[in-house]
Amino acid sequence: MTAYADLPLIEQAIRTFAALILVTSFALLAQSRVVAAIQVFAWQGFLLAALTALVAWNSGLTHLYISAALTLALKALFIPWLLIRQARRLGILRDLDAVIRPGLTLMAAGALVIFCYNVVVPVREFTQVVTRDAIAVSLALVMIALLMLITRRKAITQVVAFMSLENGLFFAAVTATQGMPMVVELGIAFDVLIAAVIFGVFFFHIRDSIESLDVDQLSRLREIND
Amino acid sequence: MVNHLNLIAWLAALLQTALFVAMAPLFTIWVKRIKCTLQNRLPPPWSQPYRDFRRLFAKEVLLARTASPVFRIAPYIVCGTTIMAASIIPFVWVNIPFAVMADAIVLVGTLALGRFFLALAGMDVGTSFGGMGSSREMTFAALAEPAMLIVVFALAMLSSSTNLSTIIGFVLDQPLALRPSLLFGLLALILVGIVETGRIPVDNPATHLELTMIHEAMILEYTGRHLALMELAAQLKLTIYAVLTANLFLPWGISRSLDAAALGVSFVALTAKLAVLGALLAVGETLVAKMRLFRVPTFLAVAFTLALIGMLSFIMLEGR
Amino acid sequence: MPPTPALCLYLAIGFALASSVVSFAADRFPVLLRVGSFALLGASSIAALAACILTLTGNLPFTGELPLGLPWLHWQLRLDALAAFFLGIIGMVTLAVSFFGPGYVRSYTHGHSSLGILGVMTGLFIAGMQLVVVAADAFAFMVAWELMSVASYFLVAFEHEEAANRRAAFLYLLMAQIGAMLILLSFGVLAGFAGDFTFAAMGNTNLTPIWAATAFGLGLLGFGMKAGIVPLHAWLPEAHPAAPSHISALMSGVMLKVAVYGFIRLVFDLLGHPHWSWGVIVLAVGSVTSVYGVLYALVQHDLKRLLAYHSVENIGIIYIGLGLALIFFSAGQTTFGVLGLIAALYHTLNHALFKSLLFLGAGAIVQHGHERDLEHMGGLIHRMPWTAFFFLIGCLSISALPPFNGFVSEWLTFQTALQATTLESGVLRAVIPISAAVLALSGALAATCFVKVYGVAFLGQARTRRVRHAREASAGMVLAQGLLATLCLLFGVFPTNTVGFLSKITLDLTGYGVSAATSQGWLWLTPIAPEVASYSAPLILLGVLTALGAWACVYFFTRRRRRTQPVPRRDPWDCGFGPLSSRMQYSASAFAMPIRHIFRPAWRIHEEKIREMDPQLATRPVQLRYLIHADDLSWQFFYVPVERFVQSAARQVGRIQTGHLRHYLAYSFFTLIVLLWLIT
Repeated sequence: MTAYADLPLIEQAIRTFAALILVTSFALLAQSRVVAAIQVFAWQGFLLAALTALVAWNSGLTHLYISAALTLALKALFIPWLLIRQARRLGILRDLDAVIRPGLTLMAAGALVIFCYNVVVPVREFTQVVTRDAIAVSLALVMIALLMLITRRKAITQVVAFMSLENGLFFAAVTATQGMPMVVELGIAFDVLIAAVIFGVFFFHIRDSIESLDVDQLSRLREIND
Repeated sequence: MVNHLNLIAWLAALLQTALFVAMAPLFTIWVKRIKCTLQNRLPPPWSQPYRDFRRLFAKEVLLARTASPVFRIAPYIVCGTTIMAASIIPFVWVNIPFAVMADAIVLVGTLALGRFFLALAGMDVGTSFGGMGSSREMTFAALAEPAMLIVVFALAMLSSSTNLSTIIGFVLDQPLALRPSLLFGLLALILVGIVETGRIPVDNPATHLELTMIHEAMILEYTGRHLALMELAAQLKLTIYAVLTANLFLPWGISRSLDAAALGVSFVALTAKLAVLGALLAVGETLVAKMRLFRVPTFLAVAFTLALIGMLSFIMLEGR
Repeated sequence: MPPTPALCLYLAIGFALASSVVSFAADRFPVLLRVGSFALLGASSIAALAACILTLTGNLPFTGELPLGLPWLHWQLRLDALAAFFLGIIGMVTLAVSFFGPGYVRSYTHGHSSLGILGVMTGLFIAGMQLVVVAADAFAFMVAWELMSVASYFLVAFEHEEAANRRAAFLYLLMAQIGAMLILLSFGVLAGFAGDFTFAAMGNTNLTPIWAATAFGLGLLGFGMKAGIVPLHAWLPEAHPAAPSHISALMSGVMLKVAVYGFIRLVFDLLGHPHWSWGVIVLAVGSVTSVYGVLYALVQHDLKRLLAYHSVENIGIIYIGLGLALIFFSAGQTTFGVLGLIAALYHTLNHALFKSLLFLGAGAIVQHGHERDLEHMGGLIHRMPWTAFFFLIGCLSISALPPFNGFVSEWLTFQTALQATTLESGVLRAVIPISAAVLALSGALAATCFVKVYGVAFLGQARTRRVRHAREASAGMVLAQGLLATLCLLFGVFPTNTVGFLSKITLDLTGYGVSAATSQGWLWLTPIAPEVASYSAPLILLGVLTALGAWACVYFFTRRRRRTQPVPRRDPWDCGFGPLSSRMQYSASAFAMPIRHIFRPAWRIHEEKIREMDPQLATRPVQLRYLIHADDLSWQFFYVPVERFVQSAARQVGRIQTGHLRHYLAYSFFTLIVLLWLIT
């Protein structure tokens, strides 16, 4: 397949970064320590910012540079810093949120990637954007983040998973449609920021009311109590 | 076949293998010297491994009372298969006739044959140490196999061949491309290599602390020339993985003809690549502590996941 | 008159039946079994081999008819290349068994079991298998199949004094019958469309996709039940240890292959163009089966049970090859489809050879070491050097190590899987390498398992007194193992010639062969093209021989020094705590412990630690015992629910048995009315 080697270097770089982001997603899924998970999340944000900048350079769209800068500032620096600060104040920075059956979870993630690829194949037939393959990756990112949401118990790791899900969506926006309109993007960026802050407040409330951040204890919604 | 009746080519390949084997102790001592320097110890002289071999070959062979013929034959087979594996790998010249003898999968199989006998030798004397070493070695080797195979698959899908010469030739022919599949394959191969060659953080080649060792536990009962052969095999195996890493993923500089100048350039390039890899290994071994035994499967799971993502990204991102 | 394939075939079946007849008198004259019966089996196997070779070297498939069976449909026989190949497998293993048997049955002459039954049923069993592979109509096929199943039931139940053996035999019979029923239904679907029971007619029908899938599903389950795919394998680890070892060799080495034959005949010959999903299903089943089998083998310490689980694993590997073949055929990539089929056939042959070899070796150990439990063996290499040598070859072959035969077939399977890049579907391109990784894992785990087997049984020190005094097996038994070991090596070293023969079979069966594989001469196996992949087994063997030669040279040149001063023998390193005993060796359970730890959820492990305390001093243990047993999860998740369902269904049906005479009369009355209504 010589076609790939003939692509311009910048597009190869974009794909490589897409793959690297996928790796961080797997790493996030397998990470059982809270602080490590937040760090991996920061790396994911950083890679996403770099990818956005590359796409911006490739397409020449200046507003993507702003997105890249925002991503770097918020997802790679500010939110991880905020999460780590809160985790430290809650005293759970070094806590373990053990992954249930890590081997099986990773295998499931691998299967999800293949599944997403299968889902996207018909779509990409008529998408003429050069970075169309990345849609499969973005869907996989979202799916893996969802998998992480259902396999974790601690509220803080779930927030990390949620943020990583948002990363997946952002990835799709950048690679498939060359970014959303600036207003929308700014809006989302601030939404995420506010969400992070609100989550932070919630952590304290949850802990105050049930004296733990284990979301398995939040099962009051169940109709039948045994 | 690549003119497999060409006598000069075969001779050159044999010479290359001899060079490979001769350089294996050098690579080991290079890693050791860097480690010593990093750890503020006085490094052993460059000739140390060769002197060790001379001493061991001169020494008398002792056998355990319970040892069977398997114990005596194993060193020869272990060393022989490792040399055979080395002969398959392009070292300074790509189109070696030996490469058609066996492809990447056979290479893995050949190394597995050596490991089988190594593990049997560990079991032979009937001490707990030997059994322990064999059990651990076989377990981790079994877990490393799928990761290794996926790396081979990613390379083979790329170049549509499992022949090592063809793969290297393909990578050389390509314009320089940034391929995620190769990147992750490289990382996975390094992790697998660390497990297979028993380096820190999986096994510590310098320790004789019974409860933590793997490779040394199996060869604990060996003496004299038997021990020398086993040591040579271990050093050669480390070099094999280093050369594989260097030549498969960063083959630039390797000679494609039997031209003296090109071979010289190739040799210098390979030496430089090995020097860098060895230095990286030494730095890594100095920075990282040996991990708990049952963390090794996690380590290998990382290798497998990386290899898998490499393969998947080849299919998804580098497709037509 | 030169022998024709037909003559050889009839001779083979005839000799097998004669061996069965001769054995009727074996209860009175045990020597008859040892001399007459096994000699006839040997003759039968040679005839079968001759038929195989004549058919594969000639080019005419032989078609015949036996005046048996239904009045309007006499038994059709057809000896084509595929049938000849399987006949050859039967012949090779039977030949080894006929050497092995006379020595082995000696241990039964003083037992309670009837030697007559053993001989009669062995003959019928082999005749049945030979008939299955040459049967050319569904009716003859089913009769031969049942002959094979029922005869082997009696062989499993041979040592029926033990309740466990009776239970194993019953389980085997039950599953064999369910399997036969499913096969019958599958043939029924085909015959319904063809209007005829002959395979020739069945192969020419055009089934609707739904019915083709139905026939495929029924066949997969029916033949899978006999072959032992997970989760239909439960009878296998029970029945194989129960039967006498030479029968285990036949059952594991050959009978499972007959089931594979049936599956190949059904899918590649009778069903027509496959759907891609069949390939994926077979591939998935094969992958799961291979890993499941090897994981369970690893935790066993009964040698024969362990080997039985390895049969499950190897059937998985064969099915992986078949699955790949189906995927490529359905995608129209016939070259690679044929390659997958050849890999599967090659592995079928290999597994027959090395598994029989290992079972015969296990038989020799059982007879002369009186042990089946690995934890009680040790150091047998000193007592039984020949058995140890041949067993080592078996271990190397089954662990897929070059230059032995197991490696070639796995390598071919890998090469087929590598061609996944040519497929259109991205998902298949991603899934096939993963299944190849599973194959690699199971191959490496098999190597781990056989290091355990060999290291614990043959190396180290004897763990019990009986094993310490074991004797070498008799000449015939060693010869049988030597024969199979030689074949293992030959088929490993000359893969190109073998693939050339196998290519004829696929050419006959599917219309395609692989010409590229053998195009470079006997030294090079190049399945697709020389620059894609090549393997030269003779050169690898040369390398190994060079290493051995180096050893021999050193041995030769130091002989003079050894004479004056022999190699000093010392105690092994004991950490300075005094002499080591055989109890301090690594045991089989200990060896597999890391694997047990890593793959924990795969089994349900029962551990039991028994500690007997000193009556005088309550804190000092006198004796410590550690028992470990792994339950097959398929029982918990498959068989027990099925059994519960059948029980409750039976209870529901049982309600109509009220016990009142009037009710039974009412049933007859209503049945009569319904029947009368139906015919009007």
